[in-house]
Amino acid sequence: MIAGMKRETLIWTIVMVLGAAGLLGRAFFSEQGMGREYVRAVPVANGQWTQYDGATYTDYLRAEQAQPGQTVVQLSLPRTVGLWLAAFFTLAVFSFLWGDNPFYRIAEHVFVGVSAAYWMVVAFWDVIVPNLIGKIWPGVVQAWALPGLAGPEAERNLVYVVPLVLGLMLLWRLMPAGGWIARWPLAVVVGTTAGLRLIGFLQGDFLAQIRNTILPLVVFTGGAFDFWGSVSNTIIVVGVLCCLTYFFFSFEHKGIVGGVAHVGIWMLMITFGAAFGYTVMGRIALLGARLEFLLDNWLWLIDPTGRRVVATMLFGLIG
Amino acid sequence: MGAFLVQEWWIVLMFLASLAPLLHRLATGGLVASLRTLDRRWIFLLMFWAVAFPIYYVGVTGKTLPEVPGLLAQSTFDEIERLAPGDPVLLAFDYEPSSAGELTPMATAFVRHAAEKRLRMYFVALWPLGAQMIDDVIERVLTPDFPQLQYGRDFVNLGYKSGQEAVIKVIVTNLRELYTTDVRGTAVQNIPMMEGIASVQQMKLIIDVSAGTPGTKEWVQYAVTPYPSLRIVAGVTGVSAPLYYPYIPRQLHGLLGAIKGAAEYEQLVLTRYGGENPNPKYTEGLRRMGPQLVAHLLIIGLIVVANILYFTDPSRARR
Repeated sequence: MIAGMKRETLIWTIVMVLGAAGLLGRAFFSEQGMGREYVRAVPVANGQWTQYDGATYTDYLRAEQAQPGQTVVQLSLPRTVGLWLAAFFTLAVFSFLWGDNPFYRIAEHVFVGVSAAYWMVVAFWDVIVPNLIGKIWPGVVQAWALPGLAGPEAERNLVYVVPLVLGLMLLWRLMPAGGWIARWPLAVVVGTTAGLRLIGFLQGDFLAQIRNTILPLVVFTGGAFDFWGSVSNTIIVVGVLCCLTYFFFSFEHKGIVGGVAHVGIWMLMITFGAAFGYTVMGRIALLGARLEFLLDNWLWLIDPTGRRVVATMLFGLIG
Repeated sequence: MGAFLVQEWWIVLMFLASLAPLLHRLATGGLVASLRTLDRRWIFLLMFWAVAFPIYYVGVTGKTLPEVPGLLAQSTFDEIERLAPGDPVLLAFDYEPSSAGELTPMATAFVRHAAEKRLRMYFVALWPLGAQMIDDVIERVLTPDFPQLQYGRDFVNLGYKSGQEAVIKVIVTNLRELYTTDVRGTAVQNIPMMEGIASVQQMKLIIDVSAGTPGTKEWVQYAVTPYPSLRIVAGVTGVSAPLYYPYIPRQLHGLLGAIKGAAEYEQLVLTRYGGENPNPKYTEGLRRMGPQLVAHLLIIGLIVVANILYFTDPSRARR
């Protein structure tokens, strides 16, 4: 059968079998095992409810050592399943580096679906309920969802009927006819956003950046000549002027203009290089965080945060 | 290192075994010819080891690289350090789990620093999952290590509001227009630390942890630039960091760029407040600098090798 397999399928099969064997060995035959989450049961509201706070494996062993069979610190099945799902989806996304495959597609689809649902729920409870319904019908929201809503913030404000109507008009595009009604609120959204951003960029970028570039080329700090301060300011001023010249197309880029524009290109290239370097650093940091999650939280191969430091010692005492 | 390699022989064995086919090909197929036709997946594997091995090494030995804080990290630290106990600060967590690997170390260090200074912390989020990021850092930092700090008196999670920059535009003049309750549904008028707080302009400092838009740029455009008395420091992802340099120092008073900025800031906080044996959760950024070093060396090496291969390619002249 192996002889008839495609090379890639064979490699995948070997990797999967070896990985599964390694995981089973780690989970069932190693001293500590792997990939388990624990919680501490904390009674709240005079014991009416139980709140489950996160706990470590060390906490569990300590509690067992103090009182065998205790239930205060216990294994959390939901959190453990969540941990294994997180590990599975991490590996599923990483598998795209080998090539497109069903595991990656599952992860991608689940991510899109969960994200959309999450955003919808958060927007409903954090915005629509307190900032729309709560403004128009505060009594309803108080009785139904937010009993703590009180004071001047809970007074009825009928101005919010306007965004409610605009919101309903926006939803009209889902209707079979009269889709043009949705264009009116859309026009309001586009207009206000454009106006808001125009002011923001004019104030925060255009005018402020001109001000930030008006710098002394000869800097004195505490009465003494500051050589590096002067160099820094000169580079900023010269760099900005050269880059602006590069984007100035009313003259042909020849002679002095061409030379200055060429310096501008170099400035831009250095900027792109710095941005690329920063991006590489960011991506490596993200990869590092996921690998640390796999090695620490899931496989229990390392313990950088000290959550299982004492566990090894206690394990000997109990087991 | 030698003793580590002997003790952890199995990981060395896995490393050599995984690269054995590549080494065999380089040895038998000719170095240059094999490199010219190298499958990109070997690069992925090399990158995996370049990041995973240092993580494993740091995780087992607990050793981190020394970090010398730069001017930007120092100015960020100084902005918080100059504040007096009880001063109100706005902590905007504008990021989600997708960039947590880069930004969580900064968020942790910011909150720890603010808690050590006994500042009043007002948490907000412009990203839907930002509220969960806030809860996470409260659970990891404030609840276990600062039990004397009370919710509602010393810190409050006001949660997420949709609207992007429009939210900033509103709360910079009237915080209660949008934030009528906190994430728990408690009316802001019933939260002791909200007494007398009408707008963001009353904050002594804005601390923004930002993964993109809306984030630091919007806080600069719509809060700090129109109201120059406001001050802001930011911790941002590597991808976006170069965009914010033009705002320094007039519009942005401190900047932590990517994991390097996080590590430098962590070092400053640890030096001032860490003690001799700091909790590993406060050294997350420092731990990630080992993988950064090895991965960057690999990338530099690959760029050099690829350029040599390109410029020595005999078919290049024909093309």
